[in-house]
Amino acid sequence: MLPDARPSPARLSASCTTLQNSFATTDCTRRQRTYRTLYRNQDRKAHMPQPPCLSLPCRCLAGALVLAGKVGLAGTLGLALTATSAMADTLPNDWADVEHQAQGQSLYWNAWGGDSNVNAYIDWVGDQLEQRWDIELVHVKLDDTAAAVSRVLAEKSAGNDDRGAIDLIWINGENFAAMKANDLLFGPWAEHLPNFALTNPSQQAEMTTDFTIPTEGYESPWGKAQLTFYYDSQRVENPPRDLTELLAWAEQNPGRFAYPLVPDFHGSTFLKQALIELSEDPEVLQQPAEEADIETVTAPLWAYLDQLHPWLWRQGQHFPSSGPELKSLMGDGELWLAFTFNPAEPAAAVASYQLPPSTRSYVLDNGTIGNVHFVAIPFNASHKAAAMVAANFLLSPEAQAYKQRLDVWGDPSVLDLDLLSEQQRLALTPADESPARLPAEALSRTLPEPHPSWMEAVEKGWLERYGSH
Amino acid sequence: MAATDTSSAGHGSHRHAGHQRTVWTRLVGWAPLLTVILLVGPVAAGLAGAAGPAFGWLPALGGNRLSLAPWQELLGTPGLDSMVRLSVVTGLASTALALTIVVLCLATFAETRSFRWIQRLLSPLLAVPHAAAAIGIAFLLAPSGLLMRLLSPALTGFEVPPDYLFPGDHSGLALIIGLVVKEVPFLLLVSLAALPQCQADKRRHMALALGYAPVTAFLKAVLPSLYPLIRLPVYAVIAFSSSNVEVAMILGPSTPPPLAVSVVHWLADPDLSQRFMASAGALLQLGVTLAALLSWWLLERLVAWLSRSLLENGQRRTAATFGRLLGSCLSWLSIGLLVASLGGLLLWSMATWWPFPSAWPEPLTFANWRRALDSLGPATLDTLLVALGSSLIAILLVIGCLESETVNRTRMGKGATLVLYLPLLIPPVAFLQGLVQLQAQLSITPGIVTVILGHCLFVLPYMFLSLAESYRRLDPRWSQLAASLGQSPGATFVRVRLPMLLAPIAVALAIGLAISIGQYLPTLLLGAGRLTTLTTEAVTLASGGDRRLTAVYALAQLMLPALGFALALLLPRLIYRQRRALQH
Repeated sequence: MLPDARPSPARLSASCTTLQNSFATTDCTRRQRTYRTLYRNQDRKAHMPQPPCLSLPCRCLAGALVLAGKVGLAGTLGLALTATSAMADTLPNDWADVEHQAQGQSLYWNAWGGDSNVNAYIDWVGDQLEQRWDIELVHVKLDDTAAAVSRVLAEKSAGNDDRGAIDLIWINGENFAAMKANDLLFGPWAEHLPNFALTNPSQQAEMTTDFTIPTEGYESPWGKAQLTFYYDSQRVENPPRDLTELLAWAEQNPGRFAYPLVPDFHGSTFLKQALIELSEDPEVLQQPAEEADIETVTAPLWAYLDQLHPWLWRQGQHFPSSGPELKSLMGDGELWLAFTFNPAEPAAAVASYQLPPSTRSYVLDNGTIGNVHFVAIPFNASHKAAAMVAANFLLSPEAQAYKQRLDVWGDPSVLDLDLLSEQQRLALTPADESPARLPAEALSRTLPEPHPSWMEAVEKGWLERYGSH
Repeated sequence: MAATDTSSAGHGSHRHAGHQRTVWTRLVGWAPLLTVILLVGPVAAGLAGAAGPAFGWLPALGGNRLSLAPWQELLGTPGLDSMVRLSVVTGLASTALALTIVVLCLATFAETRSFRWIQRLLSPLLAVPHAAAAIGIAFLLAPSGLLMRLLSPALTGFEVPPDYLFPGDHSGLALIIGLVVKEVPFLLLVSLAALPQCQADKRRHMALALGYAPVTAFLKAVLPSLYPLIRLPVYAVIAFSSSNVEVAMILGPSTPPPLAVSVVHWLADPDLSQRFMASAGALLQLGVTLAALLSWWLLERLVAWLSRSLLENGQRRTAATFGRLLGSCLSWLSIGLLVASLGGLLLWSMATWWPFPSAWPEPLTFANWRRALDSLGPATLDTLLVALGSSLIAILLVIGCLESETVNRTRMGKGATLVLYLPLLIPPVAFLQGLVQLQAQLSITPGIVTVILGHCLFVLPYMFLSLAESYRRLDPRWSQLAASLGQSPGATFVRVRLPMLLAPIAVALAIGLAISIGQYLPTLLLGAGRLTTLTTEAVTLASGGDRRLTAVYALAQLMLPALGFALALLLPRLIYRQRRALQH
């Protein structure tokens, strides 16, 4: 038996209690085999110039020491543990080791690439990962997260269980629910990120619930979104403050409001907002739709839409394809009132000439749907350690503060300010105000997302009623 | 042979020629097989990838037994009949319109100065990516578009954009317009390449000498021999326009959209159980495309039967004035639309805040270009690498196939030809999913190699289309003459056929480059998104709705293929500036 390379018994036991369920196993041979695979995967960057201390032989040596540690740990303590996830045993049980293992890995992060500000932020994250952990981040730009889901699905169908092409996905809602339900995700891992505690999950339930689905550590929070309305203050003096007012407003301004084609994400979100506001008992929406009488619950929604559609843009005969198209139409002056799911978008779009300088944003009086967006790791990701290090970095006060800057992205932070130092708190309090930006306190009027099955039910009903003329 | 030394030299060269003959024949003999293998594997995998789930088979999603449930679900989809009708109607109508425009354009402008202008415009117009053209046209014709801005408020009195349903109209008119303006340059290009093969000038001159009016001369004397040469490209156009997604998403109706767009939506649905129905939809799309092709084929018969008496009646001025008027109107209209939409894109790429109804953005800025510049460089390099790689592989295989036909004096079998065109017939979305699965199954690391090979699937058929007729129509007596002068088949190819076919080969390469550069889904799926090309950047940015950045990328995206087409048209002239007959 090789000597235990680990210095501190206290650290050992701490890591055991927190990580044992997911990462530890007593099967030494299995562990050795996994380590061998790990080293094969790790050196994708062998062609890159390496800092001298991280040369291939050195890393192997370091790896051997870590391995010795594992064997020693399992042997001497005699822990009788089982891995909860088939894949979890490929990762070490200590954060320092995860970081060590992440060194030199490539990280393929599949994330929507439709916003140049977001893309620039991800570039910045890549620079930080490169400097601190020698991780090479590749931003795989998607026009639709479904492409990533399809790829993981194809890999699973082909029996590719450990060499997946995707390491990290920007995800939430239906896509997460579908991937989790079909065992396409790795985990649980999110609770083991050192920075995860800063989100104060016990107080902020939305950090561990995604569209009412418990995340159970299969994804880590990254940022917040809330349905935000915006209008051109030169054309509209008093924008509607709830859905009843919206109907009256649309009648007075025919053709100047639209929502995107269902099942586009923004279109469906508008339907859900209307469903929550119009239904008599919104609590029902937190349960799966199968448990309720769908027809009765959704009846007020259809009645409302029947009234609204004749006053919509193109008389509701044609719908914009997406949320971003709403923005283009606002820029063209075809629409006078629109909405987005990114509270910072109107201000950023004014800065890039896409919206009139007189644009103002607000949320409805009774609040609007808000949610958290996450990052998840596919079950067969090749570089899980790097993915976890990146997810942890995304949760750092530094990365969250930079992300929240309006000239960077403007995405609200997920951290609980009470858990941070004075300095970190200051960095996370926005100083750069724009008149087009939503006041920070508006984000507190957040309505929870309904259960994903409601989204499906509403989309189906919509397509039946309005999907074909 | 008189002297011994010449005789021995003659023997030597004969032996040499015999050796070359085997090497060359063997070499090109491999080409059809290689081509079929390169296409059949992926196409079969692609088809299986669509067919399995369509009948309930997709174990990763718990589909373990065959059933017809996906089809039942598909048939129950509201508006399915409208979707199918839209696909067939827009596909056939746009092809018919585009073909009419091209024929009338050739008939009206043949051997005139305007024709040279049109030829010069051809390469930049061909290079416009479909999505970019669609975005440009949408901006031109929309209620808040450039046309309305030019008229408002002076003529229309509109201070705010009016609200009428165009583009996106239910009849699909906007979609048809968008398809036509992109199909016209393509059909014009293949017609121009085919005209010399059917000795169009001689036929036309003969008809003119017999007293036929210019338009009538073309319609009666040239068209009947030209059409068979461009039939396959016309079929490709039908297949494309009845199953295209990008143009339909931008210009087509949305409630309901054409079938191909719905299939894309179903495939992208987060509810993974929709995949079964989506695959059935993809197969239905294949059927719809085949049905459109069949209808066209029947139409061809009908037109041929109806026009026979018209061709033979000796009337000298059939459609002479009307055809001429219509020809010039439609040609300039379709070219004008495309040019104006490009102009609109250029304005957008330099626009700051540009509200309705001002028709000129003020002030102009380069900030949008500067914002894009950082990522333009590497994206351009990768785009070029992939495009050159796939077009070169494809041209080698295409020439190999055609050369083996020439050397062996055979035609490719029907099956092989079908395989060649399959990638054009199957809707790419469904087909590519199967490919990705194959790639994962063989554990091939996604990257530039897989993307290049994947692009070959789409590049090769078009290159074959554009080159095949020129190759097959080359007068065999040239080769016979070369052989009688003691040249081996290999040498005949290098010294006779290659130089004579340089122009069509260059055009085929340019088409290959353009097709490869325009590919979005294959690049994203087969490269696992790791390869950033101009098109992937343009499409993802377009999904963010920033019209200025989208315009920048669309323009950058069309510059490369425009360069390719310009080279293809220029190079033969430069190389053969001493040989007038080879300049085409």
